[in-house]
Amino acid sequence: MKPAAFDYVRAESVAHAVDTLAGAGGDGKIIAGGQSLMPMMNFRLVKPSVLVDINAIAGLDRVERDDSRLRIGALVRHFMTARDPIIARHAPVVSEAMKHVAHLTVRNRGTFCGSVCHADPAAEMPMMTVLLDGRIHAVSSRGTRTIPVLDFFAGSLVTTLEPDELVAAIDLATIPEGMGYGFHEFARRHGDYALAAAAALMRREDGRVKDIRIAVMGVGEMPSRIAAAEDQLEGTELTDKAVGRAVAALRAAISPGSDLNASADYRRHLAGALAGRAIRDAWSRAKEAVPA
Amino acid sequence: MTTAKREISVIVNGLRHSVLVEPRMLLSDMLRQELGLTGTHVGCEHGVCGACTILLNGRSARSCLTLAVQADNAEIETVEGQGTIEDLGRAQRAFRDHHGLQCGFCTPGFIMTITDILRNHAPSSDDEIREALSGNICRCTGYEHIVDAVRELVREKEARP
Ligand SMILES: Cc1cc2nc3c(=O)[nH]c(=O)nc-3n(C[C@H](O)[C@H](O)[C@H](O)COP(=O)(O)OP(=O)(O)OC[C@H]3O[C@@H](n4cnc5c(N)ncnc54)[C@H](O)[C@@H]3O)c2cc1C
Ligand code: FES
Ligand code: FES
Repeated sequence: MKPAAFDYVRAESVAHAVDTLAGAGGDGKIIAGGQSLMPMMNFRLVKPSVLVDINAIAGLDRVERDDSRLRIGALVRHFMTARDPIIARHAPVVSEAMKHVAHLTVRNRGTFCGSVCHADPAAEMPMMTVLLDGRIHAVSSRGTRTIPVLDFFAGSLVTTLEPDELVAAIDLATIPEGMGYGFHEFARRHGDYALAAAAALMRREDGRVKDIRIAVMGVGEMPSRIAAAEDQLEGTELTDKAVGRAVAALRAAISPGSDLNASADYRRHLAGALAGRAIRDAWSRAKEAVPA
Repeated sequence: MTTAKREISVIVNGLRHSVLVEPRMLLSDMLRQELGLTGTHVGCEHGVCGACTILLNGRSARSCLTLAVQADNAEIETVEGQGTIEDLGRAQRAFRDHHGLQCGFCTPGFIMTITDILRNHAPSSDDEIREALSGNICRCTGYEHIVDAVRELVREKEARP
């Protein structure tokens, strides 16, 4: 047998799941898609005493929108996120990023919320959660809390979620009408984890960049926005020079690691090149605001 | 709390089985060791190679990343359900016609992924076909002949009304 022994509980409701987790005394684990957890259990890197399966809980597989937020339930799988019409209309940058996530068979099972809980530094869903001011809705037998994304990721594969907490949903800001977006990624094979990726959002006002956001992943412990690069462009015209300054600021602000797939220098170069493309795409998709 | 064996009920290729399994038993191991269905291959056992791909309730899944207990009351399809040596399934026949295999280790996983593709997806261009196959690794063929086989299957499906 590959994994170490554990008890298995198929949860019937969120309450059942969090009660079971509470009873496990910090040693329980939730399984959603299992596409990151099962490999770790097969290697015995993770050895839960109780595995709480949330796949049979009804009502967690929805994407909903209210006003300026999208809510993605805990059982929304990658293939659903990728083709969801609400996401395509109100957060097209997410649809674009999903094209790069894993392979058909993995997308059948893996979930958006599971990816965010797993917190891989080169995963698209955590990056989208950072880019779009995500909020993580956690439930435990002690109550519920909403965690802003900036308080959620704590390092590579580390979050501030407590061991007795379940993420019921994650909400994201929608992208307002007229705001442009761009997303570019480089991986060695289609569907592999990225060596690096960059995303940008912006509006145009009076021919200038407004409300710009730039985020990167794969080049640090966790996905992050790069304020130094955003500052170079906010309020400016999008000239080649301005993009060059932003790319230089981005490269200076990140400290990627080296591994067998890519050196730190190569990753830094890549992140800048991808950010440049994402910025230009966002600019060309942004529509000039019509004065009221 | 118990890590002891429990009984599950699964339908595999249309036949119902009751099996006694520990919670930690992988679905791939249950198929191979408990049911003797060794057509489902295991390569990496951590989700990367695709050799263990089966259909779980009609969609492809890695059986090495699925627990047997999770398949309780589920419907599973494996390569054994696709055809026999005398009467090959469509995908198997296309693989034979186009030399889509050499050693055959990866083939069961490809056949099941392709079954999912033909049922639930509509790749059209070669790029889309390659993307749909990207989760399965083959160390022999160089993929060209596999893509040829899938292209034919896709065209066949498009031609059907
Ligand atoms: C071959 C392969 C290629 C891949 N390529 C990519 C890729 O290119 N990009 C990418 O982003 N990902 C990739 N992945 C990972 C994939 O996206 C996973 O689906 C994802 O990382 C985890 O989601 P899951 O639902 O499978 O979570 P699980 O594996 O079930 O769980 C992961 C972790 O999150 C916890 N968890 C899950 N759901 C909840 C919840 N609701 N509340 C609290 N805790 C929870 C679990 O306890 C566990 O610690 C790949 C995986 C494989 C096998
Ligand atoms: S054995 Fe399951 S993916 Fe390799
Ligand atoms: S035919 Fe040998 S690995 Fe594919």
